[in-house]
Amino acid sequence: MSNLLKIENLKVSFATDGGSNKAVDGLSLELEPGKVMAVVGESGSGKSVTSQTVLRMLRETARTEGLVMISGQDVLSFSRSQLRRARGELASMIFQEPATALNPVFPIGWQISQAIRSHKIAGQTPSKKEAKELAIEMLTKVGIPNPAERYGYYPHQFSGGQKQRILIAAALALKPKLIIADEPTTALDVTVQAEILDLLRSFQQELGIAILLITHNMGVVADLADYVAVMYQGKIVERGSIREVFYEPQADYTKKLLNAVPKILPAEPKDTPRPEAPVLVEAKDLNIIYPGRLNTPAFHAIKDLNLEIRAGEVIGLVGESGSGKTTIGRTIAGLNRATSGSLQVLGQELVGFSEKDFRPIRKRIGFVFQDPASSFNPLLTIGDCIAEPMAIQEQTGDKENRARVLELLDAVQLPTAFADRFPHELSGGQRQRASLARALALRPDLVIADEPTSALDVSVQAVVLELFAKLQQELNFAAVFITHDLAVVNQVADRIAVLKEGVLVEEGAASRVMQAPQHPYTKRLLASHPIPDPDLQAKHREELRRLTPGA
Amino acid sequence: MLKRIWKITPLKQLRMSFGVQRVMLILGLAIVGFFIFVATFADLIAPYDFAQLQYEDGTYFGSQIPPSAEHIWGTTVGGFDVFSRVIFGTRTAIAVIFVAVSLSIVIGVLLGLASGYISGWLDRFLVLVADAVYAFPSLLLAIALSIVISGGRSGFWSGILAAGLSITVIFIPQYYRAMRAETLRIKQEAFVESAKVLGASNGRILFRHIFRNATRTLPIIFTLNASEAILTLAGLGFLGFGIDPTMGAEWGYDLNRSVADVSAGIWWTSIFPGSAIVLVVLGITLVGESLNDLADPRLRKRQVAVIE
Repeated sequence: MSNLLKIENLKVSFATDGGSNKAVDGLSLELEPGKVMAVVGESGSGKSVTSQTVLRMLRETARTEGLVMISGQDVLSFSRSQLRRARGELASMIFQEPATALNPVFPIGWQISQAIRSHKIAGQTPSKKEAKELAIEMLTKVGIPNPAERYGYYPHQFSGGQKQRILIAAALALKPKLIIADEPTTALDVTVQAEILDLLRSFQQELGIAILLITHNMGVVADLADYVAVMYQGKIVERGSIREVFYEPQADYTKKLLNAVPKILPAEPKDTPRPEAPVLVEAKDLNIIYPGRLNTPAFHAIKDLNLEIRAGEVIGLVGESGSGKTTIGRTIAGLNRATSGSLQVLGQELVGFSEKDFRPIRKRIGFVFQDPASSFNPLLTIGDCIAEPMAIQEQTGDKENRARVLELLDAVQLPTAFADRFPHELSGGQRQRASLARALALRPDLVIADEPTSALDVSVQAVVLELFAKLQQELNFAAVFITHDLAVVNQVADRIAVLKEGVLVEEGAASRVMQAPQHPYTKRLLASHPIPDPDLQAKHREELRRLTPGA
Repeated sequence: MLKRIWKITPLKQLRMSFGVQRVMLILGLAIVGFFIFVATFADLIAPYDFAQLQYEDGTYFGSQIPPSAEHIWGTTVGGFDVFSRVIFGTRTAIAVIFVAVSLSIVIGVLLGLASGYISGWLDRFLVLVADAVYAFPSLLLAIALSIVISGGRSGFWSGILAAGLSITVIFIPQYYRAMRAETLRIKQEAFVESAKVLGASNGRILFRHIFRNATRTLPIIFTLNASEAILTLAGLGFLGFGIDPTMGAEWGYDLNRSVADVSAGIWWTSIFPGSAIVLVVLGITLVGESLNDLADPRLRKRQVAVIE
């Protein structure tokens, strides 16, 4: 009975329009005090539902059966008031999206002390002053500089990483022994992710807090966890210590999952020379400025960019949020306006262009969007969606279009019967393949792919990336591949351009940039990227510490 | 096309509904269906014409006769048969709803699409106008318009048009706002950008990609507005700005004429047209509210989940 958390034979079902939907099916797991258990799995595996069940945060449509014990108390039999006390005192939660987990109209300090004052400490409700002192103490612990002053700040005055720190402070204020962290770093940039993981690790080691970590990122698991439970379709398929699961996986599913994760493995850097080919895109001292509104200054998204894209090469644009990588992609596609300098795309100047001049060029550019859920008109069939480029640009007949659609579906390895299906009837990966088919419909010279795989599960991502690479070789189009994931770009790109706050800090052959980065920012970015291998990651972490001054 | 009609009718929602919501929806649909039936076959159901004062042999009905075998709901102060007038009144009500709602949908939707998509000064101007119309007491506006259109009183069709048009003006802002909001939202969706990247024309983007995705809130506003249209029509009739009694039967006018009867203990002249108004509004509101609840997954009730 030394387990802090014990889940036995947990079953959760949801009522939906289509009848009952089983989300978790007979799950059991235990967690000792002071340890980190990672629950991994793809979307729909039931990992988040499991984490929500622990503090009974599920929606009303859910039915739960089984046993959930925290510190020997049965959570599922709690009354409302017992449950309210348990949340925060026995265990607390950290959520994925720090931007929405704080109420924007109240100061953050008020929100934390409010949470403290809704509980009893040593038998009585803490006074306002005590609560404030405790809140400031917690803010200090999570590394918010100048906490006494910032106590009165509002959420919008903090960055995403700081908001997550504040939420961790609130979660730990009542000294629970268990923290449930549901994808705590998914919405954050890699460098911030590394900081948050460090913070969680320090709490675990110094205060002996156990963490139930829900994540899809194997790198995060390798970095933080002691134990891993792999979930698939509501069941645990494999459980064990981190070394067992990573180095001697037993279940086929675990092996498949680990294989699919893109990795940056150490190798000899190769500075491959650039092939002689016509230049398709050329940016010279390009500036892109988003005009400000009343009282807000203009935002300088891209500063003096010089970049060249040649026929047939894949350029990976890497950077954190706000680096301007998406802005560049959208500007090349004519969705944004460039402000000054020069941007030549397929022979057309895009600074101050008119839509009329650019329209004929558009058929030579394909675009793959990030979110496969929203990039198709939900009321048109997949076939109609893929035929749109032909219908708009070539005015060919329905019959010819149809033949071309079937050919394209075949090229992206989708059954031709999918032409008559609607977008919602396809999975995310299938939709992204259809999206690729649409981008290639007019045999473009240039394809811009904006985070095409970041909304996909790792195993699906692997298939889509492979397909992308294969089609790129067959059709030999040039591509701008925009992503925040260094391992992904390592896999597909010939050249890599690293952006930071609108400035291009480094550009070169992919292998050279990845293995022998020159710029300090690139070095830090690479060191922050967690490696899905516990031993390598431990070394990797040391390197990051070395690179981070003052830490 | 069949699939499309299926999607916008309440039938699909009926299949999704459950429990109290299902009862509400079925009850609402039954009431509405009943009134449409009565309006269609008014000639066969009503024993007399709405403007008839005499029997075939030339003798008058007489005024304020209590319910009897000849006049099951009695007669009014003006000597009309109450039952016949209530029956023919459904016809007027449905015609007005049809005119008002269809006109305001067409105009409101087009304005909303243009305003949301083009934005800029056009958008700002239209929002201002819509807000101004909102701020106006709607009945006052309807009265003003009915005077402008028909000079106060009028015949059957001109009366219906006057009432319909004045209601239209009040409702356009509602469709306009809903459509504008949806257009603004859908304009940001990736599939619209994807059409832009391909060089699609604005017309194609608007009608092929935005319009069809923006219509999902319309059935709800439609039903809720329909009940308001009846109340406005009744209000106009009650205040004497409706349809001439010899040109068409109208519940609001009949109610107005029965005001004096109430204190004299003559209940039949007001109860029946009054209940008709209440019932139609109730039926349409039930349909509208339950559609509204069903369209929102958070409000939609479902069967309890089972664990196998």
